Amino acid sequence: MMSIQIRRVSKRFGNFLALQNIDLEISDGQLVALLGPSGSGKTTLLRIIAGLERPDEGAVLFDGKDITDVHVRHRKVGFVFQHYALFKHMTVFENIAFGLKVRKRRERPSSSEIKRTVDKLLSLVKLEGFANRYPHQLSGGQRQRVALARALAVKPRILLLDEPFGALDAKVRKELRRWLRRLHDEYRMTTVFVTHDQEEALDVADKIVIMNKGAIEQIGPPDEVYDEPASPFVYDFLGSVNLFHGRLADGKLKLKGAEIDVPGHFGASNVEAVGCVRPHQLSIEREKNGGDSFRATVQYCRSIGPDVFIELAAAESDKYVEVQLNKEEFQKLNLKKGETVFVRPREMRVFIPGH
Amino acid sequence: MHPSLETSVDTNSSKRRRGAKAGAGGGINTLLIGIALLYLSMLLFVPLVAIFVKAFEKGFGVYWAAITESDALSAVRLTLFVTAIVVPLNTLFGIAAAWAVTKFHFRGKQVLVSLVELPFSVSPVIAGLIFVLLFSPGGVLGPWFVEHGLNIIFSVPGIIIATIFVTLPFVARELIPVLEARGGSEEEAAVSLGANGWQMFWRVTLPNMKWGLLYGIILCSARSIGEFGAVSVVSGRIRGLTNTMPLHVEILYNEYQFSAAFAVASLMSILAVITLIMKSFMEWKTEQRANREVH
Amino acid sequence: MKKNRSHVLPGFGLSLGFAIFYLSLIVLIPLSMVFIETAQLGWDEWFRIVTSERVIHSYKISFGTSLAAAGINAVFGLIVAWVLVRCTFPGKRLLDALIDLPFALPTAVAGITLTTLYSENGWIGQFFAPLNIKIAFTPLGITVALIFIGLPFVVRMVQPVLQNLDKEVEEAAESLGASRFQTFRKVIFPELLPALLSGFSLAFARGLGEYGSVVFIAGNMPMKTEIAPLLIMTKLEQFDYAGATAIASVMLVISFVCLILINLFQIWCRKDRLAKG
Repeated sequence: MMSIQIRRVSKRFGNFLALQNIDLEISDGQLVALLGPSGSGKTTLLRIIAGLERPDEGAVLFDGKDITDVHVRHRKVGFVFQHYALFKHMTVFENIAFGLKVRKRRERPSSSEIKRTVDKLLSLVKLEGFANRYPHQLSGGQRQRVALARALAVKPRILLLDEPFGALDAKVRKELRRWLRRLHDEYRMTTVFVTHDQEEALDVADKIVIMNKGAIEQIGPPDEVYDEPASPFVYDFLGSVNLFHGRLADGKLKLKGAEIDVPGHFGASNVEAVGCVRPHQLSIEREKNGGDSFRATVQYCRSIGPDVFIELAAAESDKYVEVQLNKEEFQKLNLKKGETVFVRPREMRVFIPGH
Repeated sequence: MHPSLETSVDTNSSKRRRGAKAGAGGGINTLLIGIALLYLSMLLFVPLVAIFVKAFEKGFGVYWAAITESDALSAVRLTLFVTAIVVPLNTLFGIAAAWAVTKFHFRGKQVLVSLVELPFSVSPVIAGLIFVLLFSPGGVLGPWFVEHGLNIIFSVPGIIIATIFVTLPFVARELIPVLEARGGSEEEAAVSLGANGWQMFWRVTLPNMKWGLLYGIILCSARSIGEFGAVSVVSGRIRGLTNTMPLHVEILYNEYQFSAAFAVASLMSILAVITLIMKSFMEWKTEQRANREVH
Repeated sequence: MKKNRSHVLPGFGLSLGFAIFYLSLIVLIPLSMVFIETAQLGWDEWFRIVTSERVIHSYKISFGTSLAAAGINAVFGLIVAWVLVRCTFPGKRLLDALIDLPFALPTAVAGITLTTLYSENGWIGQFFAPLNIKIAFTPLGITVALIFIGLPFVVRMVQPVLQNLDKEVEEAAESLGASRFQTFRKVIFPELLPALLSGFSLAFARGLGEYGSVVFIAGNMPMKTEIAPLLIMTKLEQFDYAGATAIASVMLVISFVCLILINLFQIWCRKDRLAKG
């Protein structure tokens, strides 16, 4: 078990700044997701932790020891590649045994020991009886598990996975996700994986690191990053959000056609700000009940299971707003297309750009 | 610059569309097949057959005498000797160049790739000429070598170095596409599992490129055995001393010993046929792999 | 250099260093000799040599025959590629394999074989003799040898393009009422043209420098059937290194220009294709 510290790490590829000044602590036995859109630098960060990439600046520490200059060969990390990178000319058995067989003679386990280890791993990944198959004879999910077993064979101190479920279909993906979680709970090995799928991150990880444009936007447990996003980007990335651009003054966010109370922002006076409201945090009312609701026209309604999503066009601006209601509320309101109603945010988080 | 000798790593070749539409264009296709067959017969098939027919025209005895005569044998020996030096060197170079070009990014990479191909676009005669300019007694390095009693031009070292020049690209240009298509992640996986450089190379890289490497080596050998123009320039054409097989063929031919000339030529042609079979085998292999990866 | 390394794989310095060292030693330094020697020659002397009548004739013959051979190969290479991709007939695989023979066969062997076959009483030449067509020992013979040498280029450039051609585009053309010929001319041919031109230029460039297969069939009469590489050879045999170098410098520049043009053309085609999506 092992903790990881990333200190002020930066990395460039030519003119492209892949990572800038990253600071990150991962403690012992945590299961951490690096989440972000493509190009956010998450894979680069993972490869730097593995030692497959060298940071231009900054340091990587394992258990407080600086290992920035330690070669990947000596870092004792298990790395699972995005497309598995199985050795195509070797059987499943040979793939898994590879890391043991390349050890120096002194440290190399005997061949019976290697066989025992591989057999144990094969049963762990539920691939008993597949030892003599070649990678091309396996399905995507099976290849993925071979890649994992191969990485685990060298008893790594840290397990790193690059988009581990990216290339699999939805059902297999969900299964493997659960299985990875169980595996981690059993072994309590520090594990970091990269994903662009928020659901995957929210479902599996203890801690989520949300990245954007080479920087970390927020770090926290799944419910925290979901419920209290630290920036409009995180809001948008983890589910849908309505953004209201306005000016902040006297504890109110002033929009075209509405003024909304925002407690906690009394200090700010007359600055530009963005209010973030999730679709389920908006109410639709038939009458104007005070200054915090604005007029809008119903454009379109669609129901997905028990929820109904209503798209409205705000009357005073050219903005569209999405509201999420449950079926009951929707039926009670009896909305018609083209109807004019009032939309009221029940909760709102306000961000002042640059803060 | 020789596109034809590359084995195609094209996955689509498995979906080769065989069979033209019967009916409508059948007549035109038959005509085209006829033209193609005639063209290829006159240029490829008949000449290939002719080599062996001419070689045995005067009977097996003459054939055997021609290839076991002492000048012929020393030509064979010299050719094999040259090849045995040239091929390993160019193989080493091919692997190094392909490794650097396909696994790393650096400035001037494209220039390096073009330079590797450069010897193909230089006339063999000029390839010989440049070494004459360099090593002849009146040349740049010539006087120094003469002083030290080393003869490069009009002797074996000259033949070797000219052959290296002419066959330099073969291994590299077979390996580059193979390594490029494989990417670097298998090697990275090996390294992340603790393999050192040699282990990675022997256990992962080499098995992955072995067919391309073998084919490159065969092409390189075939060309170095058959090289004529460049060797012609740098060798002194001293019988029994600096005569390679192609030069021996030329001498026999110019002395009107046609059967003997074709007998020695037939030996080299067998090698050419083996090269062709090897290439077909390689294509068949890649096709198989492509089919496999589709499923 | 270190900054540009993409990852942790070993052997970058070693492999690149060795490759550059080897290339410099075998290719770059020796090749530069041609230009150094040419420079020592002086402009006037150089100009006198490369514009002498015999040299000019050798260039003309080299160019003319290479151009003719590449042109013939373009036409028939297209047909051969078409037949190999679109038709089925017994022995097709064998024929496909045979296409590469000119690359595998030593040029001297090709030279003596073609000369024997295409001379007046040879297997093939005898059919042309009654028509009063002499092939061996005439520029026609040189062209035949160059056709042989350049044959694989066009076929092997066009073949893969033809293989990957989208069948649906042709079917669409036919469903819109185009005849087979129209479909070929307006839909298929434009797709093949870049490959065809590349194959043509490669065959041409190869023909310019070819020596082994030509020297036997050419007859080597100055001003009539003497190609430029042979003239270089002749000058060398007379120890006229300056003359040989001057002729070589022109040939080298021409083949480098060819090479650059082919590369630019291929880059341009790739860009064009990307732009089209």
